[in-house]
Amino acid sequence: MIKPTSPIDPSTHPISIVGLKKSFGDLHVLRDIDLELYKGENLVVLGRSGTGKSVLIKIVSGLLKQDSGTVNVLGQEVDKLNTNELQQLRLKIGFSFQNSALYDSMTVKENLEFPLVRNTPNMTRKEINIAIEDVLEGVGLLQALNQMPSELSGGQRKRIGIARTLIMRPEIMLYDEPTAGLDPITCIDINNLINEVQEKYNTSSIIITHDLTCAKSTGDRVMMLLDGRFVRTGTFEEVFATDDERIKTFYNYNFTS
Amino acid sequence: MKKSGKYVISKKIDGLFIALHDVYRFLLRFFKEVLLPPYEFKELVKQCYDIGYKSLPLITLTGFITGLVFTKQSRPSLAEFGAASWLPSLVSIAIIRALAPLVTALIAAGKVGSQIGAELGSMKVTEQIDAMEVSGTNPFKFLVVTRILATTFMIPILAVYTGVVALAGSFINVTQNEQTSFSSFVESALQNISFLDLFSSVIKATLFGFTIGAVGCYQGYNSSKGTEGVGKAANSAVVVSMFLIFIEEILVVQVVNAIR
Repeated sequence: MIKPTSPIDPSTHPISIVGLKKSFGDLHVLRDIDLELYKGENLVVLGRSGTGKSVLIKIVSGLLKQDSGTVNVLGQEVDKLNTNELQQLRLKIGFSFQNSALYDSMTVKENLEFPLVRNTPNMTRKEINIAIEDVLEGVGLLQALNQMPSELSGGQRKRIGIARTLIMRPEIMLYDEPTAGLDPITCIDINNLINEVQEKYNTSSIIITHDLTCAKSTGDRVMMLLDGRFVRTGTFEEVFATDDERIKTFYNYNFTS
Repeated sequence: MKKSGKYVISKKIDGLFIALHDVYRFLLRFFKEVLLPPYEFKELVKQCYDIGYKSLPLITLTGFITGLVFTKQSRPSLAEFGAASWLPSLVSIAIIRALAPLVTALIAAGKVGSQIGAELGSMKVTEQIDAMEVSGTNPFKFLVVTRILATTFMIPILAVYTGVVALAGSFINVTQNEQTSFSSFVESALQNISFLDLFSSVIKATLFGFTIGAVGCYQGYNSSKGTEGVGKAANSAVVVSMFLIFIEEILVVQVVNAIR
């Protein structure tokens, strides 16, 4: 079956979301979400914990299904895809999980080669090794090649998690709380890495965070999520130039705590 | 507000039917995925090695002790009637018909079932299963199908091995008390064993293996968030599979007796 072509141009808008709603039982997490991700930008989705930020990117990657609305990723409606089509689309999306989600039973090298070996069967062992070394060098952790995830620090695990997604050369990166649980210095390293990834791999990214420092240093554009809706959009400064008490409280609490 | 007893019972019945429907869907998905390519042969071999080979020391010890102790405990009763020479025959019937598959399955439920439940539960709560899914791998096929197949293949093999080791334990006890050669022990042990005994034993072990794998995977794959969920998954994997193993044992014995 030939699917109708999308009116949204995926070359300029890798992700386009219209009227997205998602509830868990009586809890309305996302009420009416519209979002456009532009090619090559870092879009930060900012909000308090439990406001549905992670749910949003899980819907984008097809891990969760929306109740209503359309989610268009690279010209394809995610919830309309069959298993194989979704699998193919996911190869173009990198997902960095909050807790890195490295496979505990595998070394760093095995973690990195896992998606590569399974999705690019024509690659030779030599090409795989080069690709692994390349991404590890990119995240500054070449020495961790044969270590187990349990031997790595929180920051190193984040870096390896990002490297594992980069190895497939994704067009879109989804970062779920990239700096959560890290010390301030490591947070700066991760923020710099996110910007380096954007430059080096020309990715378009959605960064989910409640960390204002992360939002300020990585976001080309910031969207503020409150009560299941986006209430402000713009640059970091524009978003916080408001009299809205809820946004001011969020800003003050983040920087004073 | 205190909820009435009727409300609580109704909720529990609802919960039971929802759980049964989930199990049905899980098993349906397994049978669908097991037939459809791609096939995860490499992971299946790894799981067979982990589940089969790594269980050998425990199975060997348990099987040997089972055979030895069963023979030792049965001797006085038979000797009282002057029937001690029937011991190899009695022991082999008990081992092959019931003890070998049952002991193997119970040991495997404790060792393998809990391991599968805890491993998949831990992967679930740390989002490793989600990570696998977004990296273009079908986690159900990779994690669940391979583990269920591995237990289904390996438990019967382990059960046959347990039977052999248990008979060896029995032989040790017999030779301590009587002048019996190995060949006459084997001959005596096998004279009352029919093809149906062996066949039903292997079928039973296969069923037990499937149960251990399916229950462990179901509990782990559907575990709730948090470390408590992981513990609960591991625990439920053992308790539920042991319970089902005994139910299956009763049912298979009834069927085999009806055929016999």
